[in-house]
Order: sequence, then structure tokens, then C-alpha cells
Amino acid sequence: MIQIAIYKMLQTANGELPLDISLTIEKGQFVSIYGNSGAGKTTILRVLSGLTKAEMASIKVGEVKWDDTKKKFHLPIQKRSIGFVFQDFALFPNLTVKENLEFALSKNDSKEIVSELIELMELQSLQNSKPQNLSGGQKQRVALARAIVRKPEILLLDEPLSALDDEMRSKLQDYILQIHQKYNLTTLMVSHSLSEIFKLSDKVIVVDKGKIVKEGIPETVFSEQKVSSKFQLTGEIINITKSDIVYVVQVSSGNNIIKVIATEEELDQYKVGQKVLVASKAFNPIIQILNKLT
Amino acid sequence: MINLDPLWLTAKLALITTIILLVVSIPLCYWLCYSRFRLKAVIEALISLPLVLPPSVLGFYLLIAFSPENAFGKFLADYFDIRLVFTFEGLILASVLYSLPFMVNPILSGLKNLPPVLQEASFTLGKSRVTTITKILIPNIRASLFTGIIMTFAHTLGEFGVVLMVGGSIPEETKVVSIAIYEEVEAMNYQNANIYAGILFVFSFSILLAVHLIHNKHRKTTLY
Repeated sequence: MIQIAIYKMLQTANGELPLDISLTIEKGQFVSIYGNSGAGKTTILRVLSGLTKAEMASIKVGEVKWDDTKKKFHLPIQKRSIGFVFQDFALFPNLTVKENLEFALSKNDSKEIVSELIELMELQSLQNSKPQNLSGGQKQRVALARAIVRKPEILLLDEPLSALDDEMRSKLQDYILQIHQKYNLTTLMVSHSLSEIFKLSDKVIVVDKGKIVKEGIPETVFSEQKVSSKFQLTGEIINITKSDIVYVVQVSSGNNIIKVIATEEELDQYKVGQKVLVASKAFNPIIQILNKLT
Repeated sequence: MINLDPLWLTAKLALITTIILLVVSIPLCYWLCYSRFRLKAVIEALISLPLVLPPSVLGFYLLIAFSPENAFGKFLADYFDIRLVFTFEGLILASVLYSLPFMVNPILSGLKNLPPVLQEASFTLGKSRVTTITKILIPNIRASLFTGIIMTFAHTLGEFGVVLMVGGSIPEETKVVSIAIYEEVEAMNYQNANIYAGILFVFSFSILLAVHLIHNKHRKTTLY
């Protein structure tokens, strides 16, 4: 179990904002942190990893204390069992893919884990390339593999897929899930993408203006009441057109565009750009508006 | 035939100065790049001072400081038996101070151009500061290091004012090429002055040409 309590003043574009959160994460959970830019999501990961010091921090991982500002205790970053995947990859340009992974090894570690990860992430053909010759998705796979080399307890992902196109995203989500399960990780991911959060996480934390405003499983957090349904997808309304007497609402979800029929009265609540849940009960797909989080 | 001693002495001075500055500048630049020390700007300004200050000013202060008549010089003479005025050692120290910006500025700009996340990534992979500097930061600023080394070497070759003030002109001790040229001209030996000057000119030009040729290939860091 990981217990985190952080208080830190954030310098934002709109002046100072206190980040004041406390949360508990079970071992093995996949937790997503969702919220607006500047809400303090990345700071939570940075304080947890030790990269940023907070005015007040109390972090306990299992029985081990990582931070206790009251006792002026701060475990150095190097001693924390974490893997951090940065938003812009942070691969070392002077090292090849394989060397990037090997750099993470400690003195007496066997190199086996490196070959294992290269295989798992399908990097065999790229292992001798330098990072600047890789595509975004390839770089992300290397960054992910490198973060796992030390077999950390906690994997921290800072918007890992924001720079990728949809197809790449969905493929990498599978990699992340695979790694999370295979290496028994506890994973914390900052994400803006609802579909990503639904697909990957057991629990989601919604952060707004430095506070946790909601937490729980994604379905309950993002929809007011749980819809009992055969299937459900999250997406965004991209178009509303009139067709004879009914309206057709087009919802984009992943790579699919789903057309759902709506009546004129229903239409009042829908607008283009809205995040919605598409669910089907037996025959008829229904749309439900996801909670406004902003 | 001209006396070759000043040439050797100049080369020796430039080489030693460059090595000392390389060793000193890497940790100094790391500190300047990553520390949040409030008076950092003061230190940066002090380092850059030799770029704008007449060499005679720096030389004058160093002469005063090194003099056994004054506290610092007396301390060195009494406790370590070191004399820095009119000696090769004094010349080295003066050159190190005088050429400091030529080594520090390229390395510092190289470090500042590296994304800070590289260092953070290395830390999260369990690596110490020293490992991070030697295995990640330095290899990624090779072009800047090369520029710093060449510029420091070339600049030390061309020193005159500081050397004249601190070192004077003692053959095989402090008489470097630039001083030798000055003395040959004073003595109206234009032919010898011409040879010394020509050697220095061709050598300095070749070095700078090499730097710019290599630099145009990389185009990553600023030169000065």
C-alpha cells in the first residue's frame, strides 16, 4: 500500500495555487490521474519520485518511508524504487536503444532483463539505433522499457501517449497493460484521454485546482449513475446532423465513428465536443453525457 | 635564426592552462547550470570579466596580489615557498583566470541547451550525480567541450598584457611569443618579429578554421 500526502505551493499562470492532496493506492493497482493542465497532476508524480520537494510531504510505500518532512526525511531519488516515463521520452541521445536500457542496470545486475524487455517491446531491429532516428511510438517503447529495467515497484507515467496518433496510442496502451501485469507493478498515470483511462485503469483520481475532487473506478467517476449495459464506450461528439425526422449524432471513440439517433428534445443537451458515454442495452444504443469536470 | 624557446614556452603555457581549465570548468559549469544560488549572477559576471576588462587591469591586480609585499603573496611565500610574480607558475595562474570565460562559456551554453529532463531521467534510473555528469551530460556536449578547449588554447597563445604585467620577460621562464615579438620590434629586429608573428598568425588561424569547419557540421552550440 502506498500512502501519499502532499502540500505544495504551485506557481501557475494565474498566480499561486496550493496543491493539497492525500491518497492511498493499493499494491498492484493501475491508477490514473485526470484533470486540467496546471491542476498539479505532474507535480504529484514528481514529488512521489523525489524529483520535486514539497513543503509538506509524507509518503510511505509499504513499510518504507520515502518522505517525511516533519522529521526532515527525504529519501534520495536514486533509492526510490520507481520507473519514470517522461512526457518527452528523455532518452539519452548519446546512447543507442540497447545502451539506454543497459544504462539503467546496476553494477551487478544481469543483462537478461534488457534482452527480455527488448523482445517484449519488439525493439530487436532498433536496438542499435540512436534515439534521434526513432519515431515517436518507438521512442515511447524504449522509454517504457528503460523504466522497467530496474524492476521498480512503482511505474510513473506522465502523459505517456499524448504525442502519439490514435493507432499508436492504442498499441502502446496494450504494451503498458502487459508490462503492468507482467512485472506486478503499481502504476500511476497522468492522462488526458478518457478512453485511455477507461481501458487501463482500476481507479481514477480527478484533480482540479490542486485538490482531489473525485476518485473511484472510471465508470462511476465519469458517469452519474452506472448504466447497466451490454457494452459501453467513451467518446466525443464530433457532428450532429438532421436526417428526416430524427437527428444523427456522430461520436468518435478510438478509431470508430459511431452514429446514434437522437430526438429533437434530447438534442438540447448535446453539443459538438462533449465527452459522452455510448452504451447499448440489448438493441438500442444510448448516449449519456459524462460528468462535467471543469 | 630565431630563438625557439618562446614558442615552446607559449605552447607549454597554453597546454597546461587548457588542461587546468577543463578540469575546473566542468564542475563549475555544472554548478552554474543547476544551482539556485542567489548570487550566481555575480559569479557569472566575474567569470566573464576578462572578456571586457583590459588585460593590463587584470594583470595589475594580479601583480599586486601575488607580490610578496602583500598578504596573499606573503602567505604563499612564507608557508608554501611559492613565488608567483615573474615565474612560470604565476603565469599559469594568471592565464587560467584570464582564459576562464573562453572555457566556461561554451561548456555552460552546452549544458544549458541540454533538456534538464535528461539529468532527471538518469536520477530516476538510480544513477548518482557523478555518473550522470560523466556518462550522460559530458558525452552530449562534446561539441561545446571541443570549442572550449580550442578557444582556450588559442586565446592563451595570444595573451600579452596579463603576461607582461605578471611575468615580465624572463627567457625560458616567462618570455612567451607575444612578448618576444614586442621586444624584437623594440630592438628594431623586424625580421625576427615577422617570423614570430607569422608563426602565431598561421597557427591561430588554422585552429580557428578547424573549429569553424567542425562547428558548421554540428550547429548545436554557440561558439563564444
